[in-house]
Amino acid sequence: MAPAGYRRGVETAITTRVDGTTRTTRVDTRTTLLDLLRERLGNTSPKKGCDHGQCGACTVLLDGRRVLACLTLAVTTHDHDVTTADGLAPDGDLHPVQQAFLDNDAFQCGYCTPGQVCSAVGALAELAQGHPSHAGDITADPEPTRAEIAERMSGNLCRCGAYTNIITAVEQAARG
Amino acid sequence: MRPFDHQTPANAHTAVHLAAAHPTAAFLAGGTNLVDHLKLGITHPDLLIDLSAATTAAITELDGRLLIGAGARNSDIAADHRVRTRYPALAEALLSGASGQLRNMATAGGNPLQRTRCAYFQDTTTPCNKRRPGSGCAALGGFTRGHAILGASDHCVATHPSDMAVALTALDATVHVLGPDGERTIPFVDLHRLPDDDPTRDTVLDHGDLITMIELPDSPIARQSRYRKVRDRASYAFALISVAAALEVTHGVITDARLAFGGVAHKPWRARAAEQILIGEPATDDTYRLAAETELANARTLDGLDGGNAFKVPLLIRTATAVLRQLAEEPR
Repeated sequence: MAPAGYRRGVETAITTRVDGTTRTTRVDTRTTLLDLLRERLGNTSPKKGCDHGQCGACTVLLDGRRVLACLTLAVTTHDHDVTTADGLAPDGDLHPVQQAFLDNDAFQCGYCTPGQVCSAVGALAELAQGHPSHAGDITADPEPTRAEIAERMSGNLCRCGAYTNIITAVEQAARG
Repeated sequence: MRPFDHQTPANAHTAVHLAAAHPTAAFLAGGTNLVDHLKLGITHPDLLIDLSAATTAAITELDGRLLIGAGARNSDIAADHRVRTRYPALAEALLSGASGQLRNMATAGGNPLQRTRCAYFQDTTTPCNKRRPGSGCAALGGFTRGHAILGASDHCVATHPSDMAVALTALDATVHVLGPDGERTIPFVDLHRLPDDDPTRDTVLDHGDLITMIELPDSPIARQSRYRKVRDRASYAFALISVAAALEVTHGVITDARLAFGGVAHKPWRARAAEQILIGEPATDDTYRLAAETELANARTLDGLDGGNAFKVPLLIRTATAVLRQLAEEPR
């Protein structure tokens, strides 16, 4: 018999489009998007760094916008579109941001890289839409300067300290 | 993490009635704080009421006022042209908070309700009157660099972490709330409370109360507003102290002022005493400094294993002076 106060996990079926493929799974409501991707769907490109929204290693694009998969409950992604760093390179064709990371040696161990790449893709889209940042004049159209890129990428930590080249890579990608 | 149900009511009324019927339910908006708290074991709701369909993300105008739907994302509010030109301190506050990813998740309704980042509140192995009433306060005599210098009590010295809320406090925003008994509005400055002898309550909201909208008044002075935040690193860190200010200067004399401080109290701190000093006086550093010093006359600083937080007093006086000087010398 279950101990007093014990409650079984609550399961629910969700359908999420992951990297272009529709996936239906039964998940415990407690499951994060990060655990859904890594543990249930076998997509290990988003990484579990801190699991508390502090490091950015789990960054994915949710309906095209960068978010933290570790603080997103999987049930809230029902009927939504998730893109991971893996999905940015369908059939191995690298996304320009991924190519820029290679071209500029923008990583050392690589653990934070999938999150950095997704974050950069999201940040460049925000720049293109004219979103302001703390690094610039909020009334002016933002430019992808190094200061702007550093500010906009501040949610992605790199313990190897590859920041200098990460900024250069994002600069290259911004030039298109 | 304990099991919970997840429901997504179609409108705000259903969400509120659902919450009223479930004493241990919690509203889920952006989730950036709540999901972390579920993991840390700080809170144990048995039902999450997902607000994604119940609140609007729209930002609309009504008679010169700006109505920000509770579901609007921090990043979208900061990018809104009306916010950037008419309430620049709000845009600056939003952009100085968290990271790009978190700003895409966090919402107008959730941001003011985020809880303190006091390390002892977040660590369930330590005493904390906010988390476990009557257990004590581990911050007293501990690491107090981030803690309060105004309005604290013997029970709690935590600070409110939101940047957005400091700007809303300065700019005379209003909160629209739907509760089990109907709708009401609360001046933003009255939303948060001091800890007194019940630090478990951050705000005056009761269980089942849902923020549906944040309203900004038609305010000419708000166009001349700024937010400045001082923190331990250049980005992605909570405020040690922050200043939201708006200033109106005519022929070298201050004719109107709004001032609020962040990182110093259990709530965003509206600096009314400082505003009274400012208005009618010449727009000079002496005036700005006197105003900030007056507001902090009753500050009580804490010792701590990390050297304490006495540094906040001079830091805040200098920062407030600098922000007010910039507003006077470089009108937007």
